[in-house]
Amino acid sequence: MDNVEKILKELNLTGDEYKKITGYIGREPNITELWIFSAMWSEHCSYKSSRPYLKRMPSSGKDVLIGPGENAGVVSIGDGLAVVFKMESHNHPSFIEPYNGAATGVGGILRDIFTMGARPVAILDSLRFGEPDDDKMKYLIDGVVAGIAGYGNCMGIPTVGGEIYFDAAYKDNILVNAMAVGVVPDDRIFLAKASGAGNPVFYVGSKTGRDGIHGATMASASFTDETAVLKPTVQVGDPFMEKLLMEACLELMKTNHIVAIQDMGAAGLTSSSVEMAAKGGLGIEIDLDKVPQREEAMLPYEIMLSESQERMLLIAKKGHEKAVEAVFRKWNLDVSQIGRLIESPEIIVKANNRVQARLPLTVLVDEAPVYTRYARMPVSVTTTATTNASEEIPEPKDYDSIFIQLLSSPTIGSKRWAYEQYDHSVGTDTVIKPGADAALIRIKGTRKGIAITTDGNSRYTYLSPYAGSGIAVCEAARNIACIGARPLAVTDCLNFGNPENPDVMWQFIESINGITSACLAMGIPVVSGNVSFYNETEGTSIYPTPVIGMVGIMDTLRERITPDFKDNGDSIILLGETLDECGGSEYLKLVTGKISGRPPRVSPEMEKRVIDLLHAMNKMHMVKSASDCSEGGLAVTVARCAIAGNKGAKLNMQWRYRPDLELFSESQHRIIITAAHKHVDKIKKMAQQNDIACKMIGMVGGRRLIVNNRVSVSVEDLRNAYHRGL
Amino acid sequence: MPKIKAGVIVFPGTNCDRDTYYALKQTMGCEVDSVWYETKTLRKYQLIVIPGGFSYGDYLRAGALARFSPVMEALREYTEKKGLILGICNGFQILLEAMMLPGAMQRNDTLKFICKDVQVRVERNDTPFTLLYKKGDRIQIPIAHAQGNYYGSEQTLASLEKQNQIVFRYCDESGNTTEQSNPNGSLHNIAGLCNSETTILAMMPHPERASDSTLGNDEGRKIFLSIKKALS
Amino acid sequence: MLAKIFIKPKKGILDPQGKAVSGALARLGFNRIQDVRIGKYIEIKFDAGDTDTAQSDVRSMCETLLVNKVIEDFTFEIAEE
Repeated sequence: MDNVEKILKELNLTGDEYKKITGYIGREPNITELWIFSAMWSEHCSYKSSRPYLKRMPSSGKDVLIGPGENAGVVSIGDGLAVVFKMESHNHPSFIEPYNGAATGVGGILRDIFTMGARPVAILDSLRFGEPDDDKMKYLIDGVVAGIAGYGNCMGIPTVGGEIYFDAAYKDNILVNAMAVGVVPDDRIFLAKASGAGNPVFYVGSKTGRDGIHGATMASASFTDETAVLKPTVQVGDPFMEKLLMEACLELMKTNHIVAIQDMGAAGLTSSSVEMAAKGGLGIEIDLDKVPQREEAMLPYEIMLSESQERMLLIAKKGHEKAVEAVFRKWNLDVSQIGRLIESPEIIVKANNRVQARLPLTVLVDEAPVYTRYARMPVSVTTTATTNASEEIPEPKDYDSIFIQLLSSPTIGSKRWAYEQYDHSVGTDTVIKPGADAALIRIKGTRKGIAITTDGNSRYTYLSPYAGSGIAVCEAARNIACIGARPLAVTDCLNFGNPENPDVMWQFIESINGITSACLAMGIPVVSGNVSFYNETEGTSIYPTPVIGMVGIMDTLRERITPDFKDNGDSIILLGETLDECGGSEYLKLVTGKISGRPPRVSPEMEKRVIDLLHAMNKMHMVKSASDCSEGGLAVTVARCAIAGNKGAKLNMQWRYRPDLELFSESQHRIIITAAHKHVDKIKKMAQQNDIACKMIGMVGGRRLIVNNRVSVSVEDLRNAYHRGL
Repeated sequence: MPKIKAGVIVFPGTNCDRDTYYALKQTMGCEVDSVWYETKTLRKYQLIVIPGGFSYGDYLRAGALARFSPVMEALREYTEKKGLILGICNGFQILLEAMMLPGAMQRNDTLKFICKDVQVRVERNDTPFTLLYKKGDRIQIPIAHAQGNYYGSEQTLASLEKQNQIVFRYCDESGNTTEQSNPNGSLHNIAGLCNSETTILAMMPHPERASDSTLGNDEGRKIFLSIKKALS
Repeated sequence: MLAKIFIKPKKGILDPQGKAVSGALARLGFNRIQDVRIGKYIEIKFDAGDTDTAQSDVRSMCETLLVNKVIEDFTFEIAEE
């Protein structure tokens, strides 16, 4: 090939990688083959910077049916059922074209779920934006929220939760992480592992166009000004097509016609065909002339790399071709037999009656490079993360005003403006709707429910990736516990800057270690996940942002707890201990504009004891409401419970620290519960036995939230502030 | 007494069919079939529900493409035999596009999809769909749509009012049909309409999502129970 | 033949999208905006023997499916390709 260097640069391959390729295949690759390598060896497909570290995370457990490596993780929930779930990023496409970027992010994660035979039952979205004060950011926010709504609503799958944080760190690189959860009978799980040489390979769904070519490589490169011109590579989503594809696939999966199935996501036909064949230890031969095409004169590499949405590749049983075609025809979908499995472990790509590419699968999959990148603690950790946050905050003269400001700040304030655009009640299974600590989805035909949440405070992870990541796991578990469920398993989406930057690599490794130790301590496996590197613009990285998606189980829906205050006269009890911990807090940011100080201490062991205690109390029917303390501290939690229950409260705090620091401290492992007065002694005793701090701090009642002689605000004013919107 | 037979029509893109199926079974205990959009006769049913969703992706206009499905011919024949039809959300939009009820749906005046609980007032209880409510009852019920902004010409609206065809109107917590309580800009706060024979009810709110106390709201349940009573 | 079909909200009908865009333009300093109406544009390539047939075909397509006459008006042009 001429201009090898130029081509390599365009394909994001290094000279060393090219040498490796020629060494393995014993010749120069042709252009189609080189594109296939560039996709399979991209960071996005090969995890070449992250693989060794990801292996540290615990991924097994008694309920885990399928761990990382498949389209999604699968965990048993009894009754012959399993939950299937995963979270994935769509950051770069959403920054370039927010509506379609976010929409296709949802589309992609839903395909990962129904590919495994599961009917998706819920979507959650974890979003990070810059401060919502300029037009560009408002355009991105509106577009992303509308894109999620546009796709999920049309599919008829409820979007039941997630988070939205705002911070200047995401000004030029927003994050859109979508999580989907499905339910499947545990004996009807489909995998991407091919079997049976000679079995036909089918292509179904949308026709292939040139959209998204470069997608996997784009996700593996940083933003520069040039990226803004990359618009044509963003895929356009067609949720109607995906709805038909989902129904057709689920219908087909009730039969015995297919042996393996995989969606065409990043790197499209290339990764799906290579991965399916490689997992089965077989080879695959495909004829590109048989691929349904939307555009004319597409080159072989364009067809192989296209990331057109709403497409699936499946392996049928030989002799069942007609039956497979009939199902897709019923749903008016394009279906085409494009090839077959072969014994020899290689991929053979034909077009125009010529072999266009012929490559050994082991080289593409197993020999992908692995990099041990240089890691170094960033200077910022020693400078910004060691200051004493509380000393920087002057005590407010007017507590009411600062409290109202905190409650209405974009990150703490209600996200009703977003979730009212999401159809969260379709499916008639949403028992606990958005706005509570976690969502609760019932499973019809059983008494069970599944609890779902996403969490990740990146100000903490910026100040301490290890502690912040542990906190994300703890908070997710606490949110699950607060609605009365037990944590089951985790999916993660790890959003970081450029791994070739030693600071970023250090953050990444610390974060993995933080997740690992928290998950080990609490006995919660990580069953699926996604790494998104290169979230940087012009050399500036985002905050390290690991997002934890957690699924929990509730054996009977009767055990559910909601955050709203229930009855006047109920006692308000704080489980866990408040420390003077305002480092990285919303309060510090509100008052000083700073993201600094030590983040709250984290102890997964204590977290486990707190949530086990809550669970035990709930089993004894003593817990009337529960909600965890997180951003904004206990004052914000109490306010939310008051607003939700439309009831006031009177708190009598015994101050250990300056009152504002105590009210707004973000100490972890704390839960606000309410209980009938007669149960308070029993609750205190149980807490003491489990070595958990427990204080009765006030009582539900009235029309105002009153804290000693410091705060007095009407519930109405709290509500208006909280729901103010952007 | 033989069980009531109900059919839930499924167009490509319909997505509330399973919810509706479940609600019909749970509330009415009737026999329910999913009816594929290519079906040519509906003679065996006493109740047909056109459920919510995005038939044909809402492409062109919500309901515009579904209207030309084979099952819509069957539905006209079914109507002549006075069979009951309940159109919910996208079902309402389809019935308007098919001109089985007058008027049209525009985009919500907020220009956004809206999913939330709203209040509606029951304007008449002498229909097979509302006979267990009292006239003036206020019920809380979820909406979930992007195009629920009902439009009818002045003559159409006058005729609807005169013939008492408005069954539900958006209202506030005290039952007043104010502009503030109107979530989408719908003229005359219209949330649900019937034909003059009261055999067709079309409504934007989702009664199938408000029929089960586990979900925190069963104020829409009486719609299904009313139908059951009317057909028994 | 190529039909270029323009669909817009009927006169007198509130167009929520047009209203929002009108407001946004005003905020951007375009002070002389009087009204904004937002509709659809559809292109259809088709075979028709002559322009008269084409005219009546397109009119019929509009009236049957493409346009909801309760809320929309349409005009169209036909061009030889």
